[in-house]
Amino acid sequence: MEDRPGDDRPQLPPPSLWPVGFAVGIVCLLVGLVVSWPAAAVGAGLALVFGFLWAREVATGRAQVEGPPPAEPSPDAPAVPAHVGEAAMPKPEPGERFPRSRFLEGATLGLGGLIGVIVTLPAAGFAILPGFLKQKAHKVDLGPITDFEENKWKVVTFIRDPSQGEISRRTAFVRNNGLLDGVPSFTIISNRCAHVGCPVQPGGPVFQKQEKTTKTRNGAVLITPVLPAAGFICPCHGGSYDQEGNRIAGPPVRGLDRYEFDIVDGRLVLGNLYSVGKVEGSGKTARIKRYELTGPGQHVDGPEAWFYPLQPPH
Amino acid sequence: MARKRSARQQTMQRAVMYPLDWLEERSGLVGGVRYFLFRKVPSDTDWWHTLGSATLTAFLVQLVTGVILAMYYQPDPQHAHASIEHIQHDLTLGWLVRGMHKWGASVFIILMFMHMGRVFLFGAYKYPRELNWIVGVLLLATGLFEGLTGYLLPFDQTAYWASVVAININGTAPFVGPYLASVLRGGSEIGPDVLARFYSLHMLLVPGALIGLILLHLYLVVRLGVSSPPWSREAAGREPDPEPPPVRNGLVQPGPRPAGVRRRPAE
Repeated sequence: MEDRPGDDRPQLPPPSLWPVGFAVGIVCLLVGLVVSWPAAAVGAGLALVFGFLWAREVATGRAQVEGPPPAEPSPDAPAVPAHVGEAAMPKPEPGERFPRSRFLEGATLGLGGLIGVIVTLPAAGFAILPGFLKQKAHKVDLGPITDFEENKWKVVTFIRDPSQGEISRRTAFVRNNGLLDGVPSFTIISNRCAHVGCPVQPGGPVFQKQEKTTKTRNGAVLITPVLPAAGFICPCHGGSYDQEGNRIAGPPVRGLDRYEFDIVDGRLVLGNLYSVGKVEGSGKTARIKRYELTGPGQHVDGPEAWFYPLQPPH
Repeated sequence: MARKRSARQQTMQRAVMYPLDWLEERSGLVGGVRYFLFRKVPSDTDWWHTLGSATLTAFLVQLVTGVILAMYYQPDPQHAHASIEHIQHDLTLGWLVRGMHKWGASVFIILMFMHMGRVFLFGAYKYPRELNWIVGVLLLATGLFEGLTGYLLPFDQTAYWASVVAININGTAPFVGPYLASVLRGGSEIGPDVLARFYSLHMLLVPGALIGLILLHLYLVVRLGVSSPPWSREAAGREPDPEPPPVRNGLVQPGPRPAGVRRRPAE
């Protein structure tokens, strides 16, 4: 880069018509592309010719014009401009500050910060808070309880929230335990592994050909008979559970979660999920150590549970 | 002896330099770029020192291919996977651009680790470059988060369950983990908004953070200079290696010419 004389003075526009002609050519070209090819050709020709002339002028340096030299103040001049001559006020010492400048500095920073907070807080709230507010479980109708024979396991897939569609499809393992004190008893286990949430599979044959579809207000519910003789097994990292959902091997930190349920007009209706520490016994006489729903991989009992004292709303 | 340029060459040079002079006069950008590109580096730098710029190149490839993919991708659970199939199988060169983005992501992460390993093994994280090491660690974490948010976007079974697992692993962090997982999911369960949330993070927020951190990283590299390797005789204040360094081309200033090699005479 060469230092050119006169760089400390304002640069005057070059007295040339070539850029104007070049611009006219470009406009003609663009308009011509829309309305007429001949007009576009004329525009392209103009742009080429004037562009060449402009480039040649620039390259040969003919456009470099010296600006007028700064005007020397004449002794006969009637008045001295404000920016010429000695300053009326002495220049402030380096680092010298005045109350007004301090006030302006503080006001600018304060107002800027306030505006930043006013703009940022609602946006951050909008990004984060919906994940914690209005979280509610949806009741799911699984169909008549006659679809669930006594002491038989079924794999049931259903849509938890019809407004969300297929993405809310979930799977549960359901067993009808028969009556307990005249009330139907069910074991309903979530298929989400208590390790990191992979889908647990039944450890035994799944009878796909006997799959049955039941229409409910939550959409289609698929019911497939299964014989989980070896309990439930997670294909991701090898977590194993018995038929009550107790962890028996692998990395899971607790048992499988379970669903609450109601019997409404002879139909099985799923409610909230809850977490389980350990299940003693089995079927309708099982004693369940129940806890608030906790995410996969999080302990619900023992000293490790101290690391998860509060759970977000589910 | 410098050759005398003909009038035509001088005219050509003026035509080339005029726009650069114009830009330089108003912005100082040309000088800044020249300062950045032609700064001095130690004479004993070697190929290991190119891992940083290789990582930057990989990031730029991700940036360009990502912008193009965003023109066709639909972040909606109903159409996301179909749009990926469309890119892959229907659009001209879609397979190539998506492949570059998909495999380039792994290349970017691998190069980051290699660059980090080089800096660690060369001791280039020591005074006065500790802050640049910290910025690099933040870049690695942000780059990994970029990979996490991008993994869900194909929205197939692998993408879905891998993201479920990744979010739940975040959820196991003590105390804040459950809340962190809820923030990532945008609720207690993965729902239809998660895809758009991850897309927004992957497309806008995380790349913005990466660009900012990369600029800060580069600023610190330029300000503090390139470190010499640990075996550098020059940095240790001893006599330079008697073996003349190889002549390099490109941006690195060439070293002394080996004995016996004659400069080509001027024409």
